[in-house]
Amino acid sequence: MSVLALVEQIDGQVDELSLQALSLARELADGEPLTALLAGEGGREASAQLGSHGVANALVAEDERLGAYAPGAWARSVTDAIDRLGTGAVVAPGTVRGNEVLSHVAARLDLPFAANCAAIDERSPLTVTRVRWGGSLLEEARVHGSPALLSVAPHTVPAATVNGADAPSVESFAPALDENDLLVRVAEHVDAATAGISLAEAKVVVSGGRGVGSADGFGMLEELAELLHAAVGCSRVVTSAGWRPHTDQVGQTGTKVSPDLYIACGISGATQHIAGCKGAKKILAINSDAEAPILASADYAVIGDLTEIVPAITAELRKGREP
Amino acid sequence: MCVKRVPLTGGRMVLTADEQAIETRHLGFTISPHEECGVEEAVRIVEAQGGETTVLTLGPPEAEEQIRETLATGADRGILLAVEGEEWDPQATAGAILSTIESEEASGGAFDLIVFGNESADSGNFQVGIRVAHALGRPVVTGLKGLTVDGGRARCEQEVAGGRDVYDVPLPAVVTVLEGINLPRYPSVPAKLRARQKPIDKSSPERPDSRLEKLRLVLPPGQGKQAEILGEGADAAPAVVGVMRDLGVAP
Repeated sequence: MSVLALVEQIDGQVDELSLQALSLARELADGEPLTALLAGEGGREASAQLGSHGVANALVAEDERLGAYAPGAWARSVTDAIDRLGTGAVVAPGTVRGNEVLSHVAARLDLPFAANCAAIDERSPLTVTRVRWGGSLLEEARVHGSPALLSVAPHTVPAATVNGADAPSVESFAPALDENDLLVRVAEHVDAATAGISLAEAKVVVSGGRGVGSADGFGMLEELAELLHAAVGCSRVVTSAGWRPHTDQVGQTGTKVSPDLYIACGISGATQHIAGCKGAKKILAINSDAEAPILASADYAVIGDLTEIVPAITAELRKGREP
Repeated sequence: MCVKRVPLTGGRMVLTADEQAIETRHLGFTISPHEECGVEEAVRIVEAQGGETTVLTLGPPEAEEQIRETLATGADRGILLAVEGEEWDPQATAGAILSTIESEEASGGAFDLIVFGNESADSGNFQVGIRVAHALGRPVVTGLKGLTVDGGRARCEQEVAGGRDVYDVPLPAVVTVLEGINLPRYPSVPAKLRARQKPIDKSSPERPDSRLEKLRLVLPPGQGKQAEILGEGADAAPAVVGVMRDLGVAP
């Protein structure tokens, strides 16, 4: 199948999730040449990195109005590329922008769009496995429409490379942007005041749930986190109660974390929460209930009262630091 | 405000025998978390600027419960597109929502703002709001963590790496929101009683064939590992620190 892959890049550097999406795109192409579509400044530079990921041709949409992200302008670039190539499928990374752009393409062309696919099950008729419930459930689905529009769920397919590949041939084109394509675009960027260790990037996360009992209860978690250079997270119950801000929430509708160690204190382990922390290399559960669902997702567990256990761990770590 | 009834899944999912749905006999129901915040956002805008909040859902007849919950947290009226049987795919869902909005607007004038959750908690298709916006020819901004409506325009904020991207679009517009844009209120008992008196219009659209056709649901592999118990109570602290040192995360 002739496949067009949407590739995101920042300042000429290809996004990791786009490289993962290329793996699935190549599988779908099944030996036919794979074309990548890049948009905006840096697209040409980024395309040179794609040969080792199996891309034969790079199509770069160039227009100074593609400088600030506009979902409609990207969608126009995709539909123009489909017209030029007569492509059988478009594959995008399952990122905020990848899913947004393909939704616009699907709406414009009145086609189905399978978001967050994890596997191609059959090429004809096209059948995919896609992610539901933030990864807690999978769905096998058939896509009735051509070109097929698919995005690839983050971290479900590794970014594989191919040996001995040349850099792709590069062709640029000017998408036929109209006023409506540019009505919605980033008008302004506001920098965040960053403080402390970011939840998404922390090596250790100390996280608390209902069992912590109150906003004040997080004091002991913060103390432990400080010793471990960890970020403090929490479950949805905690943010709904107003004990912690939503920016601390780990879960399907919060932040997805991937630390070396995730310490879940007083967290029962609802699927909503597991969807956010299953990327952790190891999970330690501290819970008073030896039957809590979190134990089926955890690697280690301590059973008992977290208000005794957490300070005891902190004390043990401090003991180790004394000369 | 468009919402979707979804099960409260708890800790473990079990599928029905035909592999078409989650077994929900012992589960409660709610609306998707992003949508709870969407309802709150809509209600706050109306409280500040006047107007009316209409909540629309496509779902089983029991989804009337979820509409009543939104009416108890400040929405004014509900529309239930009651459907039974197989799940609707995102294209069909968008089509039914579009028809309803068009007929509502033909009699009552345009909605200034149409709000969706960024994606539903269960099927996560990420597209219904964008499809509806496209068909209506209105601007759509997705994934909002901040929204200010003023002077016939909407200032929309998205969280991105290193800060926030800001969009400014004219009304009428469509937006999709994320949990965290606000902290939704809990309904008071008097509000729950008042909600019983608020109107809900009901109709039953026909389901078109799915173009994203669900064949079956599958539980992902690797569920049900069993944690190694390091100990009970404070006595387990040395074992925990031992594990931390083995993992190279403790000093």
